[in-house]
Amino acid sequence: MESLGVLLTFPMNAYLESELARRCKLFRLWESPPERRQEFIRSNAAAIRAIVGNSHAGADADTIDALPKLEIVSSFSVGLDKVDLDKCRERGIRVTNTPDVLTEDVADLAIGLTIALLRRICVTDRFVRSGAWATQGDYRLTTRVLGCQKKLCYLENLGFGNPIKFNGKTIGIIGLGRIGMSVAKRAEAFGCPISYYSRSEKPNTGYKYYSNLLDLASNCHVLIVACPLTDETRHIVNRDVLDALGPKGVLVNIGRGPHVDEPELVAALREGRLGGAALDVYEHEPHVPEELFGMDNVVLVPHIGSATNETRDAMADLVLQNLEAHVMNKPLLTPVV
Amino acid sequence: MSNELLQYEIARPGAASAGAHSQPEAKFGASPLRSLPPPQAVGVNDATRPLPRRPRRSRPRCDFQPLASVDAPLIHALPSLGFVFTTSVGVDHIDLAECARRGIAVANAGTIFSRDVADYALGLLVDVLLRVSASDRYIRRGLWPIAGDFPPGRKLGGKRVGIVGLGSIGSEIAKRLEAFGCSISYFSRNKKPLFPYTYFPTVCDLAAESDVLVIACALTEETHHIIDKDVMLALGKDGIIINVGRGPLVDEAELVKHLIQGKIGGAGLDVFEHEPAVPEELFRMDNVVLSSHQAVLTIESSNDLVELAMENLEAFFSNRPLLTPVHGTT
Repeated sequence: MESLGVLLTFPMNAYLESELARRCKLFRLWESPPERRQEFIRSNAAAIRAIVGNSHAGADADTIDALPKLEIVSSFSVGLDKVDLDKCRERGIRVTNTPDVLTEDVADLAIGLTIALLRRICVTDRFVRSGAWATQGDYRLTTRVLGCQKKLCYLENLGFGNPIKFNGKTIGIIGLGRIGMSVAKRAEAFGCPISYYSRSEKPNTGYKYYSNLLDLASNCHVLIVACPLTDETRHIVNRDVLDALGPKGVLVNIGRGPHVDEPELVAALREGRLGGAALDVYEHEPHVPEELFGMDNVVLVPHIGSATNETRDAMADLVLQNLEAHVMNKPLLTPVV
Repeated sequence: MSNELLQYEIARPGAASAGAHSQPEAKFGASPLRSLPPPQAVGVNDATRPLPRRPRRSRPRCDFQPLASVDAPLIHALPSLGFVFTTSVGVDHIDLAECARRGIAVANAGTIFSRDVADYALGLLVDVLLRVSASDRYIRRGLWPIAGDFPPGRKLGGKRVGIVGLGSIGSEIAKRLEAFGCSISYFSRNKKPLFPYTYFPTVCDLAAESDVLVIACALTEETHHIIDKDVMLALGKDGIIINVGRGPLVDEAELVKHLIQGKIGGAGLDVFEHEPAVPEELFRMDNVVLSSHQAVLTIESSNDLVELAMENLEAFFSNRPLLTPVHGTT
């Protein structure tokens, strides 16, 4: 692959980068400052035949237009919202992604985020680390027997940030693809009934299908976004959906930031119209609305779905294998275009 | 014989205000008790509701006992006591032998919390491996735009998980872990042939063949510090320990040392040896998740618990079998 000029858009993985540097002719886009990037691309255009991008920086129309020798885009991600697929089809440029190898990690995270949110794990971790548990005792958890009338006692539990049971809650999944199915399988082990919204019903799942997202949101406790980002699914979680989910419902986004109307989400949380949210993705990463920082009914993680050493290595290998197959004129392993 | 159930305010020393208590309630302490008619049933709150009693022994950095104990002195002070109900599953804070001697019936929370504890154990494990709380802290400190992407965590799928104690909670944990693609083995007092998991006769043997240990057994004299230096050595430097049992199941000082020295991979701890004191060395670590003994706590389960308490009390006072009796007592 030594003659293959590869434009790497982002320092996404040290192993991938070192392998590309060793085996190909590597151009690192981030080494030039943003205002010089177009110039950097133009000046190396004759050599660049491949782009390796990710969910931060892919291959948009301008970049593709500037690279007349471009043959393949091998994305270090499963989502291809940052790749102009139509342009690639037009130009006959191949596109590959990294499905399957990251499915389990993302599904694990979806469930982990849901439990962390409902059971207030991050909140209690903050509480303990502040030293407050030792000094203040359990100020935040009081169980009092308020009254005893005949044989009835009324117990008021001022739970810590109102921890909510997870097992048995109805899970609503937007998109029942590989990741959605994997989330469903895990949630079932917790006794959670599964429903979903998808462009079309999937046969033989045993899960309840809703052809309308508002109906799904109205009828679940936890709404999990697991579909690809396309023009149709941009802001698919809008104010109406958030209101339908309601103050007893929570949103978990492991898809893409633009799936959710972020200002509406912040407003819904601020006003108590939504019960809570666990977010792995945001509209303008790495920027997260600071208003969320002070909320206990929110879990915020920095796009870590697929971010385990094992999975990142597997993704890197898949990118390299696709590039190799392309160079040797063999069938691509995970082509999308 | 009148069935009197007295209410006891659980006061927290140091708390500025425990809230208004308009009901006539008796403070549970040494002297007020003498002026009250002796109760026949005592409801004991668990864990995070400490009783202001004269401490039997002093504990470092801790003014009060974390559990409301039903010990021999208390039992002797209550000649009419016939029944103890504890809101916990654990009964290590109750002198069962003394209760048996006195013919006092004991009931606990049974299995009503098992699923919630299992959920919590999974939550802690995913948090430790995928670094949920650590990266949440990272974002809230404003570091993502400045310091870049958070370092990757470790995959859960394919991990070998060893469960210490395959009772009601342990088996619920196992069921969940299977859905995440983990392989399950266990240590228990007795082999459980109905479960398809690999049994190990000692915790050390279990640790040697595991990537993760989840502690879900009862605290007894035999299981005190069951997770000791040898077990941690067998588990290895990448090993993870999740404790949703009781603090004293783990040799905490050794665990802290191992974590500091990088001889263990991480820990998710809901319980500690001297609650609410937590070793401060842990506060700076990103490979641990710290929780204030709340694996049982959900709003829904609290309601279930009230019902269970009342049903047990009604059963006792009507001479019917208890719903969730603790074995080894009448």
